Amino acid sequence: MATTVRTELMDCRTTTDVVLVRQAVRTWAMELGFSLVDQTKMVTAASELARNAVEYGGGGTVLLERIDDGLRRGLRLTFEDRGPGIADIERAMTDGFTTGGGLGLGLSGARRLVNDFAIVSAPGQGTRVTVVRWK
Amino acid sequence: MDRIPILKMGGFLLVTIQVDMHDRLAMTLQDDLTQRISSTGARGVLIDISSLEIVDSFIGRMLANIAGMARVLDAETVLVGMRPAVAITLVELGLALPGIRTALDVERGMLLLRRAVGGDTPAGPGPQGEVAVPEARRADGDDGQD
Repeated sequence: MATTVRTELMDCRTTTDVVLVRQAVRTWAMELGFSLVDQTKMVTAASELARNAVEYGGGGTVLLERIDDGLRRGLRLTFEDRGPGIADIERAMTDGFTTGGGLGLGLSGARRLVNDFAIVSAPGQGTRVTVVRWK
Repeated sequence: MDRIPILKMGGFLLVTIQVDMHDRLAMTLQDDLTQRISSTGARGVLIDISSLEIVDSFIGRMLANIAGMARVLDAETVLVGMRPAVAITLVELGLALPGIRTALDVERGMLLLRRAVGGDTPAGPGPQGEVAVPEARRADGDDGQD
C-alpha cells in the first residue's frame, strides 16, 4: 500500500480552475522528477478530467498526492464531483462517446495517459476518478 | 477580456499562441479568426503553437474547428511548432488531428501555405513580386493596355 507523502486539495469549478490545476500538476510532476513526456501526459490527463468535473459534474475538487509504495514514487490525482453521475461507465469509457459537445476522448484518453486508473460513479452519486502516474 | 493577437502578413494570417489557454480564450480565438479571414480575404492561416505545453482534446477540437471553418472560407490552415512531447501525448490521447496540415516551424509552414494557395497571395506582395497581383497595380497606372 502506498503511503501519502504530501497532499493538496484544489477546487475544480470553473475553466480558470482547469488552468490552475494543470499548472499545479505540472509543478508536482516536475518536482517528482518526471520526464518531459511523462509530465505532459499527466498534465493532459489532468486537464481532461478537470474539465469533465467542471462540464459534466457541475464542479468539484481534485486532490493531489505524492505517494510512495516503498519501491517507487508517484503522483495520484483524485477528481471528485457531486454531479449527476454516470449510468453506464463502460460506455462512458468508450472513445467517441459524449453526452456533451466534446470529442468523447476525456475519460478514455486520460486512461491511456496514466499508469493506474479507477472510476467510481452511479446516477445521483457524483463521480470519482483516481489516476496515478509512477516515476 | 484578453485575446490572442492575429497578425496579417501579406495574404496570410499569423497567430502565435503564447499563453496557457483557458477554454473561453480558445473560443474567442475561433470567432476572431473566422471574422478576420472573412474581412481580409486571407487565403492562409498559420498557427504557431510552439509555446503550448499541452494540447488536450478541447484545444485539439478548437484547432480542428478553426481549420474546418477556414477551409469553408477558402483559406488553408497550417499548424506549426508542436513540441515533441505534445505530439506524443496527443496521439496517445487519441487525437491525431486529421485534416490539419502541420509543419515543423514557421518558415516551413509559410512555404507550405504558399504552395497550397498556388504561389502568391491576393493581398500584398508575395516572395516573387511578378506573380499576378493585378488589381492594385493596374489601378495606379501601368500602361493601360485596354
